[in-house]
Amino acid sequence: MSVIYLLIPLSLIFAGGFLWAFIWAVRSGQYDDTCTPSMRVVLDEAPVKKSKTNSTSTTETTDK
Amino acid sequence: MNTETFKYDNRIVRAFAIATVVWGIVGFLAGLLIACQLFWPDLNFNLQYTTFGRLRPLHTNTVIFAFVGNGMFMGIYYSLQRLCKARMFSDTLSWLNFYGWQLIIVSAAITLPLGLTTSKEYAELEWPIDIAIAVVWVIFTVNLLGTIVKRREKHIYVAIWFYIATAITVALLHLVNSLEMPAGAFKSYSIYAGVQDALVQWWYGHNAVAFFLTTGYLGMMYYFLPKAAGRPIFSYRLSIIHFWALIFLYIWAGPHHLLYTALPD
Repeated sequence: MSVIYLLIPLSLIFAGGFLWAFIWAVRSGQYDDTCTPSMRVVLDEAPVKKSKTNSTSTTETTDK
Repeated sequence: MNTETFKYDNRIVRAFAIATVVWGIVGFLAGLLIACQLFWPDLNFNLQYTTFGRLRPLHTNTVIFAFVGNGMFMGIYYSLQRLCKARMFSDTLSWLNFYGWQLIIVSAAITLPLGLTTSKEYAELEWPIDIAIAVVWVIFTVNLLGTIVKRREKHIYVAIWFYIATAITVALLHLVNSLEMPAGAFKSYSIYAGVQDALVQWWYGHNAVAFFLTTGYLGMMYYFLPKAAGRPIFSYRLSIIHFWALIFLYIWAGPHHLLYTALPD
């Protein structure tokens, strides 16, 4: 069972990486709003024109 | 205020969709044949290539990695672009992902009936194909992370977190479990032996089910289900807890596959 000494550190590194990602997500404000993201998923998608190239176009407006 | 126009890549989604259907039919037929062989053993046609032992891994590999795998790529390539409001990071990587994956499946369909196998369940493919899987998976991961980096939507929707977990964990599982010493072009020996091999194998097997068959599709459910229902999920807050709870807990539970086996205490 000594291979457990390989698997546990590997899993800890993996978990540590995601712990870092979690802390990043919280600190960068990813979860400040836990309501509207789920609504935006349903609402988005505004194809402006149907092209014949098997791709749909979508516009994105920016305030630049 | 100016308008920026960009295009989603739907051709790659369609390609993966067609592959999903085609390989699904192949995988199901293989499963039907070996199921029938359990009742009518003569259906192995008295040929070594079509015996149960060789077709069973072909069935599982085709259904898991070809049917579910292509379906997962299809769903991710469709939803990721829309969730990130960006085209995939690189069209070249997208198509390398597609054709590379199909080549791996074809090579599995050839080598498994020939009896070329590492005999590790759900990781039967021999070392040259293992290397190809690693390369194609890295291509997929780079394409996925690249798209997330260049996203136009600030918030990373919960589905994307599931996709990230899928990409990273499958890479780790595949690399560790497939470490083997080649002994010829189509023969290799695992670097683990006996009980070590069993433990690594089921650390892999358990988490392959988790991160190949489950997390990708959980992410897709968080996108396609609200989309199909036309209303947001009941609680986005719960979905966030769902992801982070799963990511910290799931990977530890592999050894339960070894309960009631010959594993010594």
